[in-house]
Parts: sequence; structure tokens; C-alpha cells
Amino acid sequence: MGKLFAVLLTIITIVSATIFIRHTWWMPPDISMHGVRIDHQMAETMTASGILFVLAQLVLAGFVWQYGDRKDAPAVKRFPGGATPMVVFASILVGVEILTLTLVGSKVWAGIYQSPPDSGSLHIDVQAEQFAFYFRYAGVDGAFGGTHPEMIDDANGNFFGLDPANDTTARDDIVSGSLVIPVNQPILLSMHAKDVGHAFYVPELRIQQDFVPGLVIPLHFTATHTGKYELVCTQLCGLGHYNMKAYVEVMTPDQFAQWLKDQAAQQ
Amino acid sequence: MPESPHRPATYARETAEKITEIKHLPPQGFWRKYVFSLDHKVIGKQYLGLALVAVCTGMFLSWLMRLHLANPDLAIPGLGKLWPNGAPGGVMTPEFYLSLMTMHGTIMVFFVLTTAPFAGFGNFALPIQIGAEDMAFPRFNMMSFWVTFLAFLVLVAAFFVPAGPPISGWTAYAPLSAVGKDAGPGQGTGQLLWAISIAIFCVGQLLGALNFIATTLDLRTKGMTLARMPYSTWAWFITAVIGLVAFSVLLPACILLILDHVAGTSFFIPAGLVISDTLQPHTGGSPLLWQHLFWFFGHPEVYIAILPGFGIVSQILPAFARKPLLGPRVMIGCMIAIGFLSYMVWGHHMFLSGMNPFSATLFSVPTLIITIPATIITLLWIGTLYGGKLRFTTSMLFCIGFVSVFVSGGISGFFLAQPSIDVYLHGTYFVVGHFHFVMGVAAMFGIFAGTYYWFPKMFGRMMNETLGKWHFALTFIGVYCIFMPMHYLGLHGDVRRYSAFTDEYMKGDMPLHRFITIAALFTGAVQLLFLYNLVRSRFRGAPASENPWQATTLEWTTSSPPPFDNFGGHHPVVTHGPNEYGEQGPDGSDHIMQTAPAGR
Repeated sequence: MGKLFAVLLTIITIVSATIFIRHTWWMPPDISMHGVRIDHQMAETMTASGILFVLAQLVLAGFVWQYGDRKDAPAVKRFPGGATPMVVFASILVGVEILTLTLVGSKVWAGIYQSPPDSGSLHIDVQAEQFAFYFRYAGVDGAFGGTHPEMIDDANGNFFGLDPANDTTARDDIVSGSLVIPVNQPILLSMHAKDVGHAFYVPELRIQQDFVPGLVIPLHFTATHTGKYELVCTQLCGLGHYNMKAYVEVMTPDQFAQWLKDQAAQQ
Repeated sequence: MPESPHRPATYARETAEKITEIKHLPPQGFWRKYVFSLDHKVIGKQYLGLALVAVCTGMFLSWLMRLHLANPDLAIPGLGKLWPNGAPGGVMTPEFYLSLMTMHGTIMVFFVLTTAPFAGFGNFALPIQIGAEDMAFPRFNMMSFWVTFLAFLVLVAAFFVPAGPPISGWTAYAPLSAVGKDAGPGQGTGQLLWAISIAIFCVGQLLGALNFIATTLDLRTKGMTLARMPYSTWAWFITAVIGLVAFSVLLPACILLILDHVAGTSFFIPAGLVISDTLQPHTGGSPLLWQHLFWFFGHPEVYIAILPGFGIVSQILPAFARKPLLGPRVMIGCMIAIGFLSYMVWGHHMFLSGMNPFSATLFSVPTLIITIPATIITLLWIGTLYGGKLRFTTSMLFCIGFVSVFVSGGISGFFLAQPSIDVYLHGTYFVVGHFHFVMGVAAMFGIFAGTYYWFPKMFGRMMNETLGKWHFALTFIGVYCIFMPMHYLGLHGDVRRYSAFTDEYMKGDMPLHRFITIAALFTGAVQLLFLYNLVRSRFRGAPASENPWQATTLEWTTSSPPPFDNFGGHHPVVTHGPNEYGEQGPDGSDHIMQTAPAGR
């Protein structure tokens, strides 16, 4: 009985770990400037916790194998040294590991979320709503028009509640359903929600951030590879949540300039 | 004060005597005996019964969810008749999926993982384990169950209102949960019923927590010092303290949510929201306020679900390893440390919520520090097995299984505790796999271990061990097949709470989703073995002796089931700790009962 259980536990451990080690399911290739540090942190954590996982499960299985079903055995044995080695092992080894991970990890986190955006960033205003994302570019004047919730009218395409009749800065604002950005240029998003909470998640960009109604949240990153990627919502926002998405198109600077010109002409 | 016929001979303390003198008499008649009973044993069984109904409901909902995820166009015969709006023609709508998910989470977290391990087993076993004849406040105790039952009815009522149950998840994030029906189907009456239900539930749990604390502190029998208290009692006591603080915060949060619904207040709703083309008449509220209040409760809630499991495993492992628990004082210290730290980490649910990013680092550190006591506890369990004479009863198997799944789920917490990795994994299936292992499956294994262990004491009959072992083996394989793959899905960026996968990169993972669905259906079906065993053993099980497991604690010194006043008119006198296994007992056995003659 005990031996069977030990074998089962060992098989489960080896199969689970192998799938992780072989990267059968893994993160898609990174396309961001900061992502390499996240991937590194992930790899370090995976190695450290993978070793702990396999060790703990196999020792558990080993004890179950070794000490099961032995009614006739002599007296039970105490663990050598009692609880002290456990406390020391956990505090020092896990403690050191934690300290290292936290220190390195908080640097990575600070690099993304606590560092100021590059002064040359392309500023894009993002609005999330049930169940779409809209992106607004400032246009030639470089200024965004003010938004007025009471003027929002999705049926007429006024997703942001702009007032071009009275607000000159709003007249050249470009609104798009896709996030189109130039490669290798720092991007600064100003994120706000029209109705309920949403989130911005592009796995390839290694970035995720909630939209919180009532707040304007800045988020900055730089994409390093051109291509078309999926942006999905990861904050439960209602019945269409599963279908709330947009595309992120990373273009060369020339393509981007052309795209911006085309959009301006259309709007 | 009239003298009770069951007035015990000795008391640990004067305060205990005062309370016990006004204790209730043996119940007369059906209603007072089985329904509105003041007896902690009956109330414990009532809580477990409620949890059983709730867990069957919650599991049925998860089956529907998994079926829908495997094939969103699947028509399930009969479902259309049950829910004409949610599943027209038997095909579930996306919003119906979300309401299943919301109800699954709410039912499982509140009405299963909180009621069974804490209120269920705790009520049944805690007073006996400390040598008391009942809880400190039997009427509050009865009230706590019936209030909880009422909360369950109110929640289930949401299934029967026209727009259906809420769709905002068990976390009910505002403003989705606060603005009413404009936010989507079920967000009107359904969401309001949810908030009322949880508020009522909080009242029940507060009554229960107060009772547990008072009982443990005041009603211990002579010789039952804190150091001699069984580890399960310690765990219930610590859980009660955590619950007292946590539910005291969730209760007002729910009241504020109810006010946002019915009184036009704006606690959680900021100005300028346009929902369903309507400018909402609210101003000045904060969605983050809800998140802070909810998670200030929500994270400790994880420990409310799992700490009783820690206690149950720490109590049962030595009994079946036939040797003392390794480092009992360290174990208790670690449980207290975890309880304390559980209040400093709620922000790790909110790394990406838009709160100041600096606070993410602050919340990340205590979260990772919790790993130290958790690791020590795990090592103590594993070290307890070393050199033992393991008896693989079903209860023992579930305890060892508990250690295994707790390790698996605990280690994935390493990833999520770091904001820099949470940036990628937050909101994905990795989180779902993580918390199901560490708080769902581990706590369930604790419940199963407790059931197989205390069933003989509860009903005077043994459960069938052969069926029990099959139940364990198939469940153990099943849960790994369900929840380990969810970690893989999360690593690949698959988003949770989606009713269907329409994105290109997620579509490719459908085979893995179908595998999980098959595993979930299989594992759910295996639980029928348990149900059958439960019912059959209740009526046909072999009669149980006073102490079938040769365990040391007080509940095994009285008859199975125990008499109304637990010890038949006297109170036991405790002379030993709960941990004396592998020692030569007075009768030549390999353990010493807590009540064995002193001086040994």
C-alpha cells in the first residue's frame, strides 16, 4: 500500500516537473525592452522552486516507501536533531532564497512601474469599456482634447466624449481600435476606464495593468519587435469579458508615420 | 441557580464554573434534539451537512463550467428547462458561465471551506478535546449555524430571480458589483442577494469565532494547559482569532455595497461612469476601497480555510505514524506567525490594481516571509513520518496527500508573490491552479482526513476503508490532472474567467482544456464513492469502539458517539500532552492517553 502510493507520488512529481522543464507550455517570445529581466526572474524562480518541489515530493514519497506498513519493526525513530534542523534549513535556505528573489525582483518591478517614463515617449490615451479598447493619439498639435463623460456617444463614434465644436485640441485627435506603435520607441499609455474595471495584458510585451474607473493610470514600455499581437482583458468586466480584445501592431517608424497620416486624413 | 444533573465535578477555572452552571439541559423532543439543538456535536454535524450540500452544489456548477469550456456550443439536455434564460436550448450563454463561476467560488469559499474545517469539525471536536461539556455560549452557537444556513438560502435564491445570479466573481469587484443592473445580467437583484448573503454569513461566523475563543480560553478542564492542548484545537483557536478580525471587516464592506445598491450611495463608485449608455448618478467613490476591504478579509480567509487543515493533519499524522509530532511548539508558533502575517499581505492581490507601485514591494516582502513558517510546518510533517510505523488508513492517506498538494500549491505562490512575475501571471490560469491546490484541494483533503478520522466518534460506526482508499487514490490522481495543467495554461498566458477562448494563442490550448474537463468530470464522479461510503457506513458500518485509532486525545476517552454532556457526568483530568505516541503506555500499548495516571 505504502509502496504503491510512493510510486504514484514519484510518477506525478516527475511528469509534472518534466513538462515545466521541457517548456511544453511556456511564455511566448518576449518583444519588450524590459521583458528580458522578467524572463530571467521567472527562470530563476522556476529553478529554485522546481528543486524545492521535486525534493519535497520525493522525500515525502521516500519516507512513505521506507516507513510504511512495518508493524513488527522495533521502536520508532526520532528525526535526528529534532525540529531544529528544519527551522534552520527553512530559515536560512528559504530565507536567503526569498531575500535574493525579493531584492532582484523588486529591482525588476521598480524598473517597469516605479521608473519615470522616457521624456521622448509617444503618449497614447487608452480607454477600456465593455467590451473594447480605444486608443487616442494627440494629432499634430501634440495635445489631447478634454474628455466629457456626458458627451460619450458610442453610436456616433465619440468613444472618449470629445467636444471638437468647442475644443480645438480635440479636433485633430486620432482614435483607433488597435494599439499601433513604432518599434523601439518608448510608449507611455494613460489608462482609464469608461464603465467598470478592465485590464491590459499582452503576454509578448510582458506587461499587465488594471484599468480602474476614476483613475488615470500611467504605463510605459518599449516594444523591440515588429508584428501583430493580441491584447486581452484580464479583469472580469461582464458578460463579454472573454471577447474583449484588440490588436497591438508594432511597426517600423516609417510605417507608423504613414499610418498616423492615413488615420488623420480619414478622421 | 438550579443544579444541573450534568454538573461536572471539577473545573479548570472559576469562570468556567459560572458559565457551566447556566448550561442547558439535555434536549427533549425531535426539534430541540436535531434541529434547534444547543449541543455542539449536533451543531457541528449540521455545519458539516450544510457543507456537504454546498460542496455538491459547487461541484455540479464546476462540472457545467468545465463542460462549457471544453465546448461552448454544447447543448446539455434538460439544462434549458432548468435555466431557460441562462441556457436556452441547453446551450450556456457567456453570462451564465460567469454566474456559475461566481456562485461556484462563493459557495466553495464561504459555505464549504469556511464552514466544514472550522465550524463543522471545530464545533464537534473542540469542546470534547478540551474536556468541556459544550461551547461557552450554546445559544449563540445554534444561532451561528442557523444564520449561516439563512445566508446559504439567500445566496441560492439568486439562482431563481429573473436575471439570474451575479456575474462579478466571488471577489465582486466594484463598480461592476455596485452599480446595479446596468452593469450586466445578474448585477441587479442577483448581486444584491449576494451582498446580503455574505453580510449574514459574516454575522454567523463572528458568533462562531467569539464562541470558539471563549470556549478555548475558559472551558478547559483540569490539567488541560495551553501546552497540552491538541494541535487541532490550537488551529481552530487561531482560526477563530483570524476570523473575528477578518469577518468584522467584510461585514461593513458588504453593508456599504448594499447601500450603493439600494440607497444611492457611492462608496465604491467614482464620478463620470457611463455604463450601458447611461451616465451613472454617482460621484466620489473608490473601486480600490472595495478591493482593500475585500482582500483585508480575503487573504486571511485563505488561512481560515487552511489552518484547521494544518491542525487536523498535525493531530492525525502522529496517530498513524505512531510517533510524536516533530517540534510541536514550533508548529504552534508557526501557525500563530502565519495568522499574524496573514493581515499584512492583502495587497499582493492588488499589485496591478493601480495602487501605488511602491506598496507592491512592501506587500511582497511579508508574503514571501510567510513561506518560512509554511516551509517549517511542511518539514515538520515530513520529519514526523521519518522513522515511524505508518498505518495507511484512509485518513492518513489524505493527510499525506494534504502535504503533497500543499507543497505543490505553496510553491507556485513563490511566483505570484513577486510583483515582477505577477506582471505576467496575474489574471491567468496559473493563479487558478495555485489557489485551488493550496486552499481548495489541500483544505478538502483536510476535510476528508477529518471525516474518515472522526466519523466513528460522530456516529459510532466505522467507514469502509477499502472504498476510502479507492476514493483517496483516484481523487489524488484526479486533482493533479486538473490543477497542475492549469499552471501550464497560465504560463502560456491563458486568461481566467473566460467563458470561451477566441484568441488565436489561446485556441491552441483547447486540447489541454478538454483534458482538464475530462479529469474534472472523472474526479467529481469519484466523489460518489465517498457519498456512498458516508451513507452506507452511517447505517451499516461496523460498530466503532471508544478509541479505534489508538489516539491519545480526550475525544477518544469517551464513548462513540459521546453522551450528551460528552463525558457522562464527569470531567476528565488531563495529565499528559496530546503527543505521546511511541511511548510505553500503562497498559503496554504504544501511546499514553491524555488522561492516563500522572507520574508516567
